[in-house]
Amino acid sequence: MSGNMNLTLKVWRQKNNNAEGKLVNYQVKDISPDMSFLEMMDVLNEQLIVKGDEPIAFDHDCREGICGMCSLYINGRPHGPKDRVTTCQLHMRSFEDGQTITIEPWRAAPFPIVKDLAVNRSAFDRIIASGGYVSVNTGNAQDANSLPIGKEDADLSFAAAACIGCGACVAACKNASAMLFVSAKVSQLALLPQGQPERYLRVHNMVAKMDEEGFGNCTNTGACEAECPKGISLSNIARMNRDYFVAGFASDN
Amino acid sequence: MGITGLFLISFLMVHCFLNSLIFINDGGETFNLGAEFMAKNWLIRAMEIVLFGGLLWHIIQAAILTRENKKARPVAYAASNPSANSKWYSRSMGLLGTILLIFLIIHLRHFWVVSRFTDEITSGRETLFNEMKEVFSQLWVVILYCLAMVSLGYHLLHGFKSAFQTLGWNHVKYNAIIEKTGVIISIVLPVLFAAMPIAIYMGLIK
Repeated sequence: MSGNMNLTLKVWRQKNNNAEGKLVNYQVKDISPDMSFLEMMDVLNEQLIVKGDEPIAFDHDCREGICGMCSLYINGRPHGPKDRVTTCQLHMRSFEDGQTITIEPWRAAPFPIVKDLAVNRSAFDRIIASGGYVSVNTGNAQDANSLPIGKEDADLSFAAAACIGCGACVAACKNASAMLFVSAKVSQLALLPQGQPERYLRVHNMVAKMDEEGFGNCTNTGACEAECPKGISLSNIARMNRDYFVAGFASDN
Repeated sequence: MGITGLFLISFLMVHCFLNSLIFINDGGETFNLGAEFMAKNWLIRAMEIVLFGGLLWHIIQAAILTRENKKARPVAYAASNPSANSKWYSRSMGLLGTILLIFLIIHLRHFWVVSRFTDEITSGRETLFNEMKEVFSQLWVVILYCLAMVSLGYHLLHGFKSAFQTLGWNHVKYNAIIEKTGVIISIVLPVLFAAMPIAIYMGLIK
């Protein structure tokens, strides 16, 4: 696949977490507008390998927008200039021939750089491990309607569960806050009957873990919601705040 | 920040209402009556302490949060396009607040210090209304107050609805009301406040 786009890329190169990093300029030629952004990165890496240079490390896995592995802060926005897409689903037709594209890793203290554009997002895993689950086995699928759940709540829970944990919310936030991610993980269970027994303990522990990991605070700028590839709503943050107040005032923990 | 913010807004509303009494244009008679009530009522005096406490707590919280937030992103982005995802004033609350704090220090010196720590007004030699006319006869003061009110408007435009979000008061039925109330408050309060020095400077208030 080749095309007619020539681009200048400014890519963040950093050997490891302790090394100094810097932006390095690269030229790519004959890029097809139908390539995905990551395919364009693959082309650049093949060029680098042929030249005997170290290829650029970046995270990716499913390349169909559902795994949450790809990242990249492209021209000042997480997942690039399009709304509601991940970097792997971003195509080169969203850019112009001759354009300069700056590519940086997610910037947040709790997301240390592994190499180049790849960051370690294990802080999210540790937040989930602190309470983002239901402790009991809920068994096989029940007979229909044996567990009545309101349609609105089911929809809201499902919308919250659409979070793929990519970390774009943290990357977009001026405070590097993880409130949108944590609130989605709190909300998806808080809205369902199976999540009720541990509801307040869960929010308490997950928020405590989020703070411990060193994420910033929410100042309600709304950047996370605007940049989230899955359109996770700010109303989840309000729900989490509500539950957190209840946990603080009225629960035993 | 939400609770202290809403508390400070409630003060602004009372302050704005009482000061708007000058627009009756009766030579400050009603306004001075209101000022005297506020000066002599023990409940108001007690609330003054709570108010300063609330303001101080609002500032301390902001300082702590800002420090933590800076720590959460030690390396800044080389290329950033924040206007693509958020409003400038929502990201500039610290700057807007600092402008307001500087204004507030000057403002307190103009009126609060005079009425509380000198006997100018208590002795009856001077009224708060005359004090106002004197202060607002200076052009730089009028300009400073107007600029501060622009800051206040944007600070409230984000602050009001943000407070409700922080407190978890978010519901499809009420979100529109909260949003609209926030916009109205952040226009009406600063405009009325700014109109006072302008009107006095222009000689519209006798």
